[in-house]
Order: sequence, then C-alpha cells, then structure tokens
Amino acid sequence: MKEKLVCIGNGMAGVRTLEELLKLDPEKYDITVLGTELYGNYNRILLSPVLAGEKNIDDIILNSQEWYDQNGITLYTGHTVTQINRIKREITSDQDVTIKYDRLLIATGSNPFIIPIPGHNLPGVVSFRDITDVEAMLAASRHGQYAVVIGGGLLGLEAANGLMKQGMDVTVVHLLDTLMERQLDKPAATLLKTSLEQRGIKFLMEAQTAEIIGTEQVTAVRFKDGLEIPANIVVMAVGIRPNTTLAKAAGIYCERGIIVNDTMQTYDPRIYAVGECVQHRGQAYGLVAPLYEQAKVCANHLADMGIARYSGSVVSTRLKVTGIELFSAGDFLGNGKTEEIIFQDPAQGIYKKLVVHNNYIKGAVMYGDTVDSAWYLQLMREQADIGHIRDKLLFGQAYALGSALGGTAASAVTLMSDDTQICGCNGVCKGTIVKTITNEGLTTLEQVRLHTKASASCGSCSHLVEQILAITVKDYHNTAPKKKAMCHCTELSHDEVQTAIKQQHLTSIAQIFDQLAWKNPDGCQVCRPALNYYLLAHFPAEVKDDYQSRFINERVHANIQKDGTYSVVPRMWGGLTNPQELRAIANVVEKFNIPTVKMTGGQRIDLLGVKKTDLPAVWADLNQAGLVSGYAYGKAVRTVKTCVGSEWCRFGTQPAMELGVKLEKMTWGSWTPHKFKMAVSGCPRNCAEVTIKDFGVIGVEAGWEIHVGGNGGIKVRVTDLLCKVTTPEEVLEYCGAFMQLYRENARYLERTAPWIERVGLDYVKQQLVADNDNRQSLFRRFLESQHFAQAEDPWIARALGGLDAHEFKPLKQVTTSEIKVVALPEEEVA
Amino acid sequence: MIQWIEIGHLQDIPRLGARVVTTDWGNIAIFRTAGDEVWALDDRCPHRGGPLSQGIVHGKVVTCPLHNRQINLTDGQVLAPDKGCTHSYPVKVIETGQLLLGIPETYKQALQLT
Repeated sequence: MKEKLVCIGNGMAGVRTLEELLKLDPEKYDITVLGTELYGNYNRILLSPVLAGEKNIDDIILNSQEWYDQNGITLYTGHTVTQINRIKREITSDQDVTIKYDRLLIATGSNPFIIPIPGHNLPGVVSFRDITDVEAMLAASRHGQYAVVIGGGLLGLEAANGLMKQGMDVTVVHLLDTLMERQLDKPAATLLKTSLEQRGIKFLMEAQTAEIIGTEQVTAVRFKDGLEIPANIVVMAVGIRPNTTLAKAAGIYCERGIIVNDTMQTYDPRIYAVGECVQHRGQAYGLVAPLYEQAKVCANHLADMGIARYSGSVVSTRLKVTGIELFSAGDFLGNGKTEEIIFQDPAQGIYKKLVVHNNYIKGAVMYGDTVDSAWYLQLMREQADIGHIRDKLLFGQAYALGSALGGTAASAVTLMSDDTQICGCNGVCKGTIVKTITNEGLTTLEQVRLHTKASASCGSCSHLVEQILAITVKDYHNTAPKKKAMCHCTELSHDEVQTAIKQQHLTSIAQIFDQLAWKNPDGCQVCRPALNYYLLAHFPAEVKDDYQSRFINERVHANIQKDGTYSVVPRMWGGLTNPQELRAIANVVEKFNIPTVKMTGGQRIDLLGVKKTDLPAVWADLNQAGLVSGYAYGKAVRTVKTCVGSEWCRFGTQPAMELGVKLEKMTWGSWTPHKFKMAVSGCPRNCAEVTIKDFGVIGVEAGWEIHVGGNGGIKVRVTDLLCKVTTPEEVLEYCGAFMQLYRENARYLERTAPWIERVGLDYVKQQLVADNDNRQSLFRRFLESQHFAQAEDPWIARALGGLDAHEFKPLKQVTTSEIKVVALPEEEVA
Repeated sequence: MIQWIEIGHLQDIPRLGARVVTTDWGNIAIFRTAGDEVWALDDRCPHRGGPLSQGIVHGKVVTCPLHNRQINLTDGQVLAPDKGCTHSYPVKVIETGQLLLGIPETYKQALQLT
C-alpha cells in the first residue's frame, strides 16, 4: 500500500514540491492535488507579461493536465478545501469530496490585501493575483480609458505598466513618498519613477485613498484631501497576506503565516507547508526563489531522506517591466554599523549601491545597469570576503576579477549561480544548460539550442551560451571548429560554398549537392534557401529560381502568421499613397473580411489575417488600383521611409520624397542576404530615422550624406557615414553598388550591420568610394540583376497570370457526408 | 477496415512540396518527396498548430514554418530532441498515378463519422 499524500493548493510552491519529490522517489505516494482555480498550474510571476500583451496564457502554463496524468496524480481543479480533520486524517472540499491522507502539504499561498474602504466591493475593483484578475483588467482596457492602481510596489508597478501597454491612462497611487520602498532606496526609486513617468504613467505620491465611487461599476476614486480622479478599473496591489484560514481552523499554530520548522513541517509533524502561506524563522516570503528552495527541502523530507534543511533565503527582486533594469537584494538600506559603496550617474540613469559590513556584502540596489547583479547576489549568499576587491567591486565582475582570472568574459559565467536565467525568451537557467551539456555530451551551440531551446528564439544570449559551453566542455576552444559549417548537410562554411559557386560556375542546387558532396540528397531547411539565394545573386541571368527551396513567405509572396493565415503589404513608393489606392485597400478589407489593418513601421499598410486561398483574389483587386507587392515577406528590399522633404517642410533642404521614390523604383524586387531597409531624410533633423537603416540618405545644403549598416532590431547599431555626394544620380549609383557588394559578399541571413562589423567599414569604403571603376561595375551588375528581378510583379503573375495556382487551391475538399468509397482490388495497389 | 477516398493525382503535388485536402475535421497535408513517395499528416504541428503543408520538405521530414519543429512524414513523430506527434493517415499511389487517402474505421469512430 502506498502512502497517501494530499497537496492543498495547485500553485507554484505546492506543485514544485511534488516535482522535486517525483525526482527523488516517484513511487512512494499516491498523490492528490486540490486547487481553487480552474486552471492547471501556471507561472504566476509571468502574469505581468501576459497583461502587457507580451505573452499569452498558454505560454505560462507550467504543468498541463498531461503532466498530472503521466505522474498518476489526481487533480481536482475548482475545489477549495474547507476542512482538515487531523483526528481522522482527512480533508474535505467545498464540493463534498473527502480524501484521506498520511501526509498533508499545505500550499494555500496568499490573498491580496483589499483596503476596506467604502466601495471596495464594486465591480471593477480587482487585485492582481491570478488569471481571472488579468482577464478582468484586459476586459476593462478594451472598454474603459482610466485605470487607477493603488500601491506603488512591485506588483502595482507591473500592473500599471501592463495596463498602460493596453492603452489605458494609468495613475499609480502610493501611500509613501518612495516607490517600491521594500526593495529600493530613495535614489533608485527616484530614477524608476522618472523612467515610468516618461513612459506615460502618472503618480500620486503620499496619497491616501478615502473612497471608491460608483453605483453599478466603479467610476472614480476619491482621496483624503478631496481630490477625485476618474477610474474604469481600480487595481488594489497594496500587499499580500498569507492564507492561513484553513490551517488555523484545524488548530495548527499560526502567526502571520503558518509556522514551520527547518524541514517545512508545521506543529503537526504529518502536515507540511510551503510557499507564501508559511512563516519561517519570523519571515514570510512573497517571491518565487525562496519558494523553490523550500520546495526542495520539503520534498527531501517527504521522501524520507531527511538530509536537507531550510535556513531562510537571501531574496532578490527584479521588476518585470520590459526595458527597466532594476535589481535589489538583502538589506539594502543598512544601519549605523554598515558602510555603503555607491556609484551614481544620474545623467545616464545608472545607480548602484552595495551595503557592506566587515567586508561582507549585506545588500544591493542597482538601477539602469544590472549586468553584475547575479554575481553580487552570489557573493552575498556565500558570504564571501570582498576585502581584496573592494576598490573594484562596483565596476563589475569582469573588471574586479580581471586580474585574478585573466579577465576573460568566460569568468563571468563561471561565477553565475545555477539558477541564473540565461535565456529570457525560453526561460532557461545556467544549471539546465550545464546539466544538459554534460548529460547529453553536447559540444556545439547548435546542439545546445536543439536540446534546451536556450538562445533558439531571438539569439541575443548566444554569446552567454557559448561561454557556458566554453567552461563546461573540456578543450571547447580546441575542439570547436574554427569555421562554422553552413548546416549539418556539409562541413563547408557559407564563404566556402559561395566561393565554390563562383569559381566552379555552379548554376543549380542539384549541381552544388553533387560537386560539393552534400551529405543529404535533399539538403535541409537551412541550406536550401541559402543556396537558392547565392545562385540567384551570382548568376541572375542563368539560374532558375528553385521554388520549393524558398521559405513559405517568399514562396507565396505573403507573410505567414501564427494561425496559418497570411498578411499582405502593398508597396507604397517612398511612403506615398493616394485616394485610389486607399479606396482599393478599404474595399478589399471589406470584401474579404480582413480582420486587422495596421500601419507598419515602414510607412505602408499591412492587411492581416487573409486566408491563403483568398490571396490571388485580394492581389487581383489591389492590382486593379495599381498596387504591387511590397515584398514585406522577403529577404529583399522592403521599403524606403521618407520625411516630407523640401517638398513641404519649412526646414527641408532636399526633396526627400522624390529621391525615396526613385530609390524604391530602382531597387524593388531585388533579393538580398537578409531584409534590406532604406530611408531618406531631407535635412539633418533626420525625421525618417535613416541612421538605423541598412542604407540611409540625409539631405544637406551641399547635397547628400550616405549612411550604411544601421539596424534598429535585436541589437541597435547606428549607421556609418560612407561618403557625401552632390547629386541624386550619385546617390542611386552608390545605393546600387552598395547593395550589390552586400549581395555578393555577405552570408545568407546576415544583415548589413553584422556584415559591416565583420568585413570592416574600410573594406566597404575601399570597394565603393576609393575605387570608381569597381563601384561602377558593381552598379552595372546590380542593374543587370534587376532586369530579371523586376521582370514582373509577383502578385500580378499569380493573380492574373495564374502562376503557381496549385499553391492557393486545396487538392480536394472532402465532406464527411460525401466520402466516396473506391472499390480496390488488392493487386492494383502499387 | 480502411475507407479509401480518391483525392487527386501524383502530378498535382509538386516534388518536395505538399497540397492540402480540406475536411470537416481540419486540413490534411499530402506530401510528395523527391523520390515520389506520398505521405499524409494532419496539417497541424503538435507544437503550436502550425500548417505543416507550408513547410520545407527534405528527405522524409518537413520543417514547420512557424518555429522550425521537424516532423517525420512517415509517422507524424516530431524529431528528437523535441517531442510530440501529429496524426498520420495511410495514403496510396495506384498505377494510374491516382492518390487514395485512407480513413481508418477506428479513426472515423473517434471522429464520430459514420
């Protein structure tokens, strides 16, 4: 007979304890979980990004029903336990389910504290605790304009940011004069407030709420001083209270929380408690890291190992507001006995403070630069003596330990704790990466991406993952291939393949596979699009486009979206349009029930949610008005953004719109290694933001400045000035020559910014500026290639010419009622 | 018992490509490999429901266009280290080049198709 373990609460702490227990002894207990919420176990700390529209509910589910099933756990959602009978050892839920237990785990979490002022029961007053609250806030943001958040702590500010992101007018009301006073000191809080105000959040400091006003629904909030502000939703985020009601009723000793010892047992040794509902050595925790530490200890004890003890946590906080770097840990205010080391640069918005006692770090506050926060936290947790690096401490780990560890960046990851999150997109910690590398015997970044998903989304943490590889894999730098193979079909690098294509005059993918001894007969989704591009770039007159080697977007000349529908972006030359085009767009949207019409960042209109089968008909209607493909789906010339130029502007020195249109007319249809964006500004005020474009032009009194290699995406890079010219014709020549150099020289999927970093600006200048003949011959090659690229608008070809018709029609439509049975003699089957 | 339905001709599907058969219970993707083998899967990636018919086909694998999950055409299994599986259907090419899609009786019962 297995023992029976019952867990009251289906939240992060309780379920984490069960996960840890299953790792230690999966067969020991029959486990039952009861939770009040109707959802499975989800990641409560990620509710903020859900509210801000950066994630959806599915993204934050930690354990699906499948997980419970696989592990033989009985789950009751929507059940609130109302009674623990310690004599009979059973619990009862509000739906009259009674379950016996041998050991019981209480993980009832906490309840948001609602200030009992008049009107606090009105519809429209919510807390910020669970999915239901978030849904209420999202609903309010769709119908109302004003949000009031009471409480300027961590949760309140995240709620405010989310509601602001949803387009509401948000006021945060705080009782004290310092935001997040439990985590921040005055200077840091001031920086934070300024930065949130710049985003558009309003603050009422030292304000006491007197009454929430409304009859059917909340309409306003009134303060002690008589001030009244409108509100369609009021979020109470003034604090949480451990949920001890059930434990108290069962006679278990509680103070603020349920009192537990170092093995997470309550005063009844059969009953354990973890999470926000407990009080341990006088501390109640409302953050996730200590909860996970408690879960580990509790599981260890439940599994009868009895070797782990919980001795409290050093807690640290981050604010989950995208773009705000803030960190706080431990005793950040200090006292008469402690010293403070402070670095302050208000102009840069950077503030760092360490509280030190006898050369041990006791607490830290950082704002604006939190790169080294994981390191300080570790020094705190380990109570490391920092005497020998005190003078360098605030300049960060790499600098402070530079002398001791040879100053390699790898030393930074060496000292990161295992639970340091490396990959923010997929939530992967250092420990997971190290363990997977060791267990699976991984040796390359590619493999780590496959197995852990770390750096597999946006890639901005790739260098960190590489460093972890370097410290985990013996001889990584010696075994790591000096060159990177294009994909797993070949040992050759992009550069080697390109050279072979040029030198051996290879003109088809089949020839490349044959000549270069490709390992897989069909190649793969990585190499085929790249090879197809290289062939077209080098031999535009001879090569036939290999349709099945293009990514779907380029194959059907539209962008695939998350639900399998497509978006359509017509070209608007230089960002200009006219009534005829706008009418055609409006008509198409109505005729085909297109759900979303959006302005893009590149000055054109995006029609989102078009069914694939409707694409040719949509294009046909747009073509009628003269609209053609904007190539918004392609590794190709996208758009030329312009300001209104000397055509309209009081300050304009040059006709930006006219030149923008000329550039776009010359370059449309050109395939490039990666998407290629341009802009033209008519004066140095640079309203078209040319300095973050691949190719940008700024008009000045004496002519035009040409800027190249900018990027506004993952890693912002400002353009380099290539040269200055005097006529629009020269701009066109430089543009075509620059594009051709990039097209022939860069690797597939390499934007101009990393390409210029790699080959160096000097090389580009030498090819284009210093060598007139070379520039002209590049330009000639560009125009030759355009002759083929601009042969026909791809939308017209498909809408009116019937090209690739099979792509937009189902092979067959089968309805269940008319399934036709085919009599099939056995011998006929091939 | 499998019920076979005529859905078209081998030549209707591009090599290294796919076409879609629409049904009352969702789309089915019919793939054709370089060697003219034909395979049929539900047109839904087990990861986030991406339309597999729009992916790049290589060997006996299709790469989902949404997040690059790799799915084995022969059985609908997602290639390691990722996990998951999408439903696969029997499909035949007869001598004339006609394609027959099979709907197993058990599957029809599950879908409550009679």
